Amino acid sequence: MDAATAKTVGDIIGLAGLVLLVPVGWAATRRRMLAPLGVFVFLFVVASQATGLLISPPERGMGDLQKIMYVHVPSAWAFMIAFFIVFVASILYLWRRQVHHDRLAAAAAEAGAVLTALALAQGMIWGKPTWGVWWTPDPRIAFTTVVLMIFAGYIALRAFTDDEDRRARWSAAVGIVGALNVPVVYMSVRWWRTLHQPQSTPSTVDPAYIIGLRLNAFAFLFLLLFLVALRYRAMMADRKADAILEDRALKEDVAHV
Amino acid sequence: MTSGLDLRGIAHRFGRRWVLRGIDARIEPGQVIALTGRNGSGKTTLLRICGTLLRPSRGTGTVFGIDLVKEPGSVRELVGMLAHDAGLYGNLTARENLEFSLRMAGRTPDATAIAGALERVGLKREASDRVSGFSAGMRRRLALARLLLRPPALLLLDEPYASFDVDGIDLVNGFTAGIARAGGIVLVATHDLPRVRPVMDRELRIEGGRFVQAGLEASEPDRFVGAVEEDAGR
Amino acid sequence: MSGQWRMAGDLIMDVSIDETSPRQGMRAEWSRIAAIVWKDLTMERRAKANFNSVAFLAALILLMFAFAIGPDAETLRTAAGGVIWLTVLFSGVLSFNRAYEQELEGGSLDMLVLYPGDRRAIYVGKLIANLTFLLLVEVILLVVAGVLYDLPLLGIALPLSLVVFLGTVGFVALGTFYAAMASRLRAREVLLPLLLFPMLIPLLIASVEATNDLLSGSAMGNVGGWMRLLLVFDVIFVAASVMAFEYVIED
Repeated sequence: MDAATAKTVGDIIGLAGLVLLVPVGWAATRRRMLAPLGVFVFLFVVASQATGLLISPPERGMGDLQKIMYVHVPSAWAFMIAFFIVFVASILYLWRRQVHHDRLAAAAAEAGAVLTALALAQGMIWGKPTWGVWWTPDPRIAFTTVVLMIFAGYIALRAFTDDEDRRARWSAAVGIVGALNVPVVYMSVRWWRTLHQPQSTPSTVDPAYIIGLRLNAFAFLFLLLFLVALRYRAMMADRKADAILEDRALKEDVAHV
Repeated sequence: MTSGLDLRGIAHRFGRRWVLRGIDARIEPGQVIALTGRNGSGKTTLLRICGTLLRPSRGTGTVFGIDLVKEPGSVRELVGMLAHDAGLYGNLTARENLEFSLRMAGRTPDATAIAGALERVGLKREASDRVSGFSAGMRRRLALARLLLRPPALLLLDEPYASFDVDGIDLVNGFTAGIARAGGIVLVATHDLPRVRPVMDRELRIEGGRFVQAGLEASEPDRFVGAVEEDAGR
Repeated sequence: MSGQWRMAGDLIMDVSIDETSPRQGMRAEWSRIAAIVWKDLTMERRAKANFNSVAFLAALILLMFAFAIGPDAETLRTAAGGVIWLTVLFSGVLSFNRAYEQELEGGSLDMLVLYPGDRRAIYVGKLIANLTFLLLVEVILLVVAGVLYDLPLLGIALPLSLVVFLGTVGFVALGTFYAAMASRLRAREVLLPLLLFPMLIPLLIASVEATNDLLSGSAMGNVGGWMRLLLVFDVIFVAASVMAFEYVIED
């Protein structure tokens, strides 16, 4: 496949992915669509990974090791989006004080943490044969590590705060402050160690890889949306069950201690 | 001041346990209300909600026309509280504690007023002593002095008679009656109904998270219901 | 209503309800902030134990690092920037929770949030008090580090104090913010660094790099860049914490 064709196919995938984002986004907001969405996302991820693995030639320097990029790079993009969701949902919560914004932020943080851990693991697996070490303060690996710890802090704070209302407010505040730090962390670690390779985005990678990367970028975006929707539904169902129990407890005239 | 304290359907839960299940009350200015109930019946919780220290899980209320949930900042200008813990700083002297309190309330500390308040509560000689050396009763007296310096329109007293001697109880009741006479409202959460009886207008008893049999006049001479109810409640 | 149960009239106090509205506006808020700073620092000064133990611990950590790094003077000097800032972080994190614990002990936090007026004053006041406390610890810490690690501190006193100041402002801003939550949770000793340290990594990088550049006396150009990064960090997180504090202190 020559560069021009690859670029055209890549553009088509980009466009198709954006169009597909509409029904996927819609399905993520519908409770009944959750299961079909899961099946779709699973198939989409498998197909995208297979495409990435099969159609791209081994990289000159790294050989097949390069193919880890199809998991690493898309999951890194996806966790950035997850953090953005945490940021927006947290602001909405503090503004409107509605429970579902709080649960959305929490769901995005959990899904984001999973993807961050995935990106970090892939980065380390890639780092061992490439640099001879599992972990090195390479800007991207350092950045991913720090983001994972910020996500972990957010989740830990939620776990340690019992009162529901307080948990929502505190974690929203921490979510906002933490999300603000993400670009700052990114800038500082990049500035700190600029001697490593530039980022692997489609523009700097061989055109043959564009197709695999584009496909997987959307696959992981859909995966993120599905995971967020899944956790969100679960937490809202929990909330609903709690509300029913609360109401029942409120109606009973005898106080149960 | 037309309307006093209005509580509408106030419910509060800690976790899944509803401490308050729907408190409704209309309290006119100039009244002293005794809040009674067993341990854990939600007296303190209700006081904290009235003082905006807790946001009720459900329901709301108004303090002299100002909404508790929507405008807690404005309610706080009207509220004074004598909580279970005095909320004093041990490493500051009595006088410094009062000065700090006035500064935080946006007032300029006035040395004569502070000296007057300290004298009133009987801590004149201890004015320059650090609070860490004070007994529980002296701390309560100092907390009372803090209220004297800025008499609130809504006074919330949580077990005000604990650790007070007879003199101290007269001080609390004198202040309570004074606030009521000046058109304020006093809520006294207490187990000790006989102590508050000389100054109270009504008893509101919390049972199962609600008020029961509200509105009896304190002046009914044959009323020793406090003790009787305590038994009936079990 | 003057039954036999009523109180004797002469015991009733003459009370006039305080209806003067509190002073408002920026100046009033600053005087409230000043009250908190004065209160916190006065108490700190009287309970000398806190400052002394934190300062002593800082010196001790520096000494331990010196043993851990090894006897080579050159290695010590290269590591000095990192060691100094880690010591600052460890001694700081010990003092932040305490600033709220003293409020929680006697129920004074309730009183503090019950005052009318802007609750952000509480944050700013504690921020300034913590900053003063930590800057004083750092003076001692730097002197000890200068001796132990043989650092040419006198020659770079001015730019170094600027770096230390900028780094400490951002650190204390986030520390005071997170401690408002952590101090009220179980496992607060663990939770505070767990929340705080990942957030501080940009600050740590910038402070250590700037300090090392100053200590080695090379490439003065970089120091300015790192200081700008510290300044950006400070502005973002002082502003964000001031705005978010209201929601953290609410109950």
